[in-house]
This record gives sequence, C-alpha cells and structure tokens, in this order.
Amino acid sequence: MAALLERQIPTPGAQIWHDQNLIEQPEAPAVIELDHIHKTYTMGDVEVHALRGVSLTIRQGEFVAIMGASGSGKSTTMNIIGCLDRPTRGTYVLDGQDVSQLSKDERADIRSQKIGFVFQGFNLLSRTSALENVELPMLYAGIDSQERQKRSKEALAAVGLVGREQNHPNQLSGGQQQRVAIARSLVNRPALILADEPTGNLDSRTSIEVMEIFQRLNREQGITLVLVTHEPDIAEYASRVVVFKDGRIKKDYQVEHQRDASEELKNLPPVEEDEEEE
Amino acid sequence: MNLLSIIRIAYRALARNKMRAALTMLGVIIGVAAVIAMVSIGQGASASVQAQISNMGTNLLFVSAGAQNVGGVRSGTGDNGTNTLTEDDLQAIQREVPSVSMMSPMVNSRSQLVVGNQNWNTSIQGVSEQLPGIRKWTIDSGEFFTEADVRSGARVIVLGQTVVDNLFSGMDPVGQSVRVMNLPFRVVGVLGRKGQDPQGRDQDDIAFAPYSTVQKKLLGTTRIQVAYVSAVSADATYTAQVQISDLLRQRHKLSGNQPDDFTVRNMSDIAEAANETNSIMTWLLGSIAGVSLLVGGIGIMNIMLVSVTERTREIGVRLAIGARSSAVKKQFLIESIVLSLTGGTIGILLGIAASLAIPMMLGWPTLVSTTAIIGSVVFSAAVGIFFGYYPARKAAALDPIEALRYE
Repeated sequence: MAALLERQIPTPGAQIWHDQNLIEQPEAPAVIELDHIHKTYTMGDVEVHALRGVSLTIRQGEFVAIMGASGSGKSTTMNIIGCLDRPTRGTYVLDGQDVSQLSKDERADIRSQKIGFVFQGFNLLSRTSALENVELPMLYAGIDSQERQKRSKEALAAVGLVGREQNHPNQLSGGQQQRVAIARSLVNRPALILADEPTGNLDSRTSIEVMEIFQRLNREQGITLVLVTHEPDIAEYASRVVVFKDGRIKKDYQVEHQRDASEELKNLPPVEEDEEEE
Repeated sequence: MNLLSIIRIAYRALARNKMRAALTMLGVIIGVAAVIAMVSIGQGASASVQAQISNMGTNLLFVSAGAQNVGGVRSGTGDNGTNTLTEDDLQAIQREVPSVSMMSPMVNSRSQLVVGNQNWNTSIQGVSEQLPGIRKWTIDSGEFFTEADVRSGARVIVLGQTVVDNLFSGMDPVGQSVRVMNLPFRVVGVLGRKGQDPQGRDQDDIAFAPYSTVQKKLLGTTRIQVAYVSAVSADATYTAQVQISDLLRQRHKLSGNQPDDFTVRNMSDIAEAANETNSIMTWLLGSIAGVSLLVGGIGIMNIMLVSVTERTREIGVRLAIGARSSAVKKQFLIESIVLSLTGGTIGILLGIAASLAIPMMLGWPTLVSTTAIIGSVVFSAAVGIFFGYYPARKAAALDPIEALRYE
C-alpha cells in the first residue's frame, strides 16, 4: 500500500506547493469568489434564511475544510459552490466566470468541466467496473473512447488502484470505493474538487488513507480542494478551515499544524492488504 | 453530448440489470410473436382458399334458380321453391352461348349406400358426363358414365375415395353393385383423391350418378336448382356470365326492369366472399395479439417507472457530475426503446419460427406477412417511445440535490 501511494504521478503544468506560505501570496488566482451570498428557502409559509451574506475567496491550490453544525449553512454553501443550486442574492465567480445566475443546463456544463464531486456514500454505479465508473463524467463531457480509457487508468493509478480496474463496487472495500470516486472526480481535470463528508462512512484508518490521497493531489498536482466535514480532526488535514454558524461564516483560519496523513500512515501498524476484500 | 454516447450510456445501464431487462422485454416478445403468428395463420388460410379456388377452375360459373339474395353471396343453392331453371334452359346455354365450353346440371340427394352388410351415408350428386372436365376430377379406375347413360337414365354410379374406403375395404368396386334406396346401381368408376377443401370438408365423400337418374329414381322431380358451367377460358368468364344472363332473360321473357329469376355467379365472387371472411379473421386474431403487445408496452412503462425511483441516487450522481437533464431524459427514453425494439426483434424471430412450426405441428397453412413484421417493428418502437416518455421525463425532472440525498 505504502509503495503504491508513494508513486509520483507527473502531471505537466502542475504547480507543486511545498511551502504553505505560498498559498497566501496574491498571485495565486482565485478559484471561488463568493460575494455576499444569500440563500432563502420557502418551506410552506415559512422563509428559511439558510445563508445570510457569505463572502469567501478560495485561491488555486488551497485545501479548505468547511465545518459547522447541521443547519449552519455549510451544505447550502457546498451546493452553491458545486453549482447544484443558485444563490438567491449575491454573486459567485468560479474560475473567473460568473455562475450565479446560470440556467440548469449551463450549470450542468460547468459541473462537467470545472467541478469534481466526492460524496459521503461514494455513489458509484453498482454492477459497473471501476474503470467504467471513472469514465462516466467523460461520457457526459463528450471525450472520445481512447482518451477516456487513458485518463481513467491514469486516475485509478493516481489513487493507488492499479489492477482493480475491472472490479465492481461490491468487490471493493469502502476505502477503495471512495478512491474510485476520487478518481472519477479527477478525470475531467476540474478547477476544483468538492468533497462532501468523504470520510463519513469510513473507519479511522481508511479515513487517513483517503486524506492522504487528497493531500497528495493537493500538493503534487496543485488541485484546489474544498472539504465539508463535521469532524475536527479530519479538518486538521486541510490548510485552512472555514466554520459556519447560522448562515454566516463564524471563523476562517489557517491551520497552524497541518496533519500529514502519509506520515501518520507510516506510524500505523501495517494491515494485510487482502483483509478488506470479499 | 452526442446521441451515440447517450446510446452507449443507456446500453451500459441496461447491461447492469440483464435479468430485469429480459423480463421486461418478455411482454413485447410475446406480443410481437403472437401478432406475427396470428397474422400468418390468417394469411395462410386466405392463400390456401385462393389456391383451392383457382384449383377448382377460374373459368367455373354457377347458374342457379331463383334471384340472388341481396347483400351477400350465397354459396349454397338451397331449395327456395323456385322452378325457374329447366333442362331446356341449360341445354340452350351450352348450344347458344359461344363462350361456354361445358355444362353440367347438378341435383343433390343425400342417401344411404349399401353393399352387403356395409352402409355409408353420402351425397349423391346427379350430374352430366361433362362434370369431370368442369370440376377437374380424375378417374382412378373404371371410367365416368357416358352421355348415353345420362340420356337413358341408367343406374350407374361413380364413387369417391372415402365412399370406396368405407364400403369396399381393399376390394376393387368397379363392376360391383351398390344399393341406393333399395335400387341397385352399378359402379362404373372410382374418382381420384382430392382431399380436404379449405373449410376442412372431405371432398372425396361423394358419389356421382347421371342427373336424369337421380331426378327420376331418387328425388322424383324434374327440378334443377343449379348447374356448373365452364367458360372457354378464364378470361371469357365474365363474357360468359353476361351472355348466359342475356340468354336466360330472353328465354324467361323478362322485360327491362324485371329482376332476374336466376343467378349466375363466377368463382371470383366466391373467392371474394371467402377472402372477406378470412381477412376479418386475420384482423380479429391480429387485434387480440395486438392487445398483448400493448400489455407488454405497459410492462415496460411499469419497469421504467420503478427503475427511475430505484435509480434516483444514480440519476443524482449523473446530474452532479455534469449530465444535462436532457441527457438523462434521452438515456431513459433510449433504454425503453432499446428494450422494446430488442424485444420486438426477438419477437419477430420467434413469430417467424412459430409460423414455420405451425404447419408442421397442426397442419394449418401459414404465410409470413411482411406487413405484419414491419407493423410490429414500428409498433414496438412506438410502444418504447410512448411508454418510455413519462418515466424519462420524471427522471430528468429530478433535482440533483434531492436525488443525491434520496435513500
């Protein structure tokens, strides 16, 4: 396992951020710019103010954890950032494009091109091989078959699943399934990966493994990551934490002592690789 | 997002649940196969009637006493109390109408035939010596009676194969004596075998005697209800029909607006009537089978609806990772069309196979109809689109956030 994870995947043009401080430098372009975002839901006769003026800028190469209790507005923010939902008021500029008032189809196209999703429940297609699951976003993006195959294999290799291409989700452990989901979120080379409670269904060791992959993708490929979690120790793997409360940002800080998942994995007692298989 | 990718996505989705796909298709398979098999049976019956009719001779005409019933062709002659057709009329037809080559009166008597201790009830038809030529009978042994026998009212008889089988087991009946209503008749010939007619009646259960003999000895009448007339050729049939009518009207002294007191019909009239019956049958069978096709279509809709609910999360994922709702709609529509068209194709093969097997197993003639095949393909595609549209629209209308949260 460790050997697999240490494989370096060279990506042309990838910026490698060795130094945390670099992120703070103004030349890193903003990927997400939320400006006074409001979101109001009408449930029956009651108006629910889910977001009350959220402004947030996330720059390229950042690894941000969004935290907050349920009902704090973190899920709504997540949906807006992911272009699954539109703000009632305020502007959202994603990767230089104002996406706050796009139509349903336009948002679908933005999701296809610029955002990769990782969900708590993995959400892989059952009875479908890992390779085909990873290919799925490219089918909708209209990428040709050869390129699909090539990129899917690369993405699966990047998450340490070489040799598992033909396995179906029910033949993979939870951690492996989540890694397939991460590979799927990577293949369209998005500007941003959004992970919604990615470790919610995983045990602590597997959680660390998944965080290790996120950290590696962030450091080696400069991928911008936004992670929604309610577990404080998981948030410590990120470089920056944003805490929501009552529809507003309550805290926004840089993590002083960012946890290093790959170091932690080395110190954990080894497990039999085959143990988690069927 | 091109259509080809969506078709690929739909195929993959179906391949993930092969058992369910197969069961869904079953309804359409059975429906299409039933339509094709039923229509084949109908068309086969039709074709076989046509063949039999043309075998009887397309130049055949029937002249019968009494006016034709309005609104329908009567295939029987019946005893409707009329006595408007005389022997003289018939002889005049043969003598004076140039387009007529042969003529035979026909009087029918159903009687018991007795040989020793065997007896058999059959139809004894009184005809002229020209009948074998008109009705295309062959003679197996002996010979048909002669004009002299007709003139003299000789007690001679020609037997069909079924009668021979029942009265003379294995013996040659020619020269033997048969008793009909206690009168001895001499068997002069045996007819060749004809088999069943399209209605399944045994054509060989018959005996022929001179019409003069049947009239005098068996029926005690001089009436003639019907006569077979042969036109010189198939093309001359219509001319013959008109000429016979003109002659009979003249002989019966009917003025311009008086209706005919006789009927002249040709085989094509009868063929038409038979065809009409058969096409009604074909439509009836086809429609019943069509209902099962419709039920199959509803089965597809049912499964597609269940499938949309069951796959809500999957739809959510597809939408989240960048599928437009139109792509999801097309995917479900294509899944439904693929199901119905694949089912349709298998159904066609099965229907053709059944159409080929039915003649061997049941002895019914069948004729595979191209129209039924094309119709089934079109119908099953229409079923797919029609019954797939609603579930597809439902899938496309899902909100990705809600769908992803669906348990």
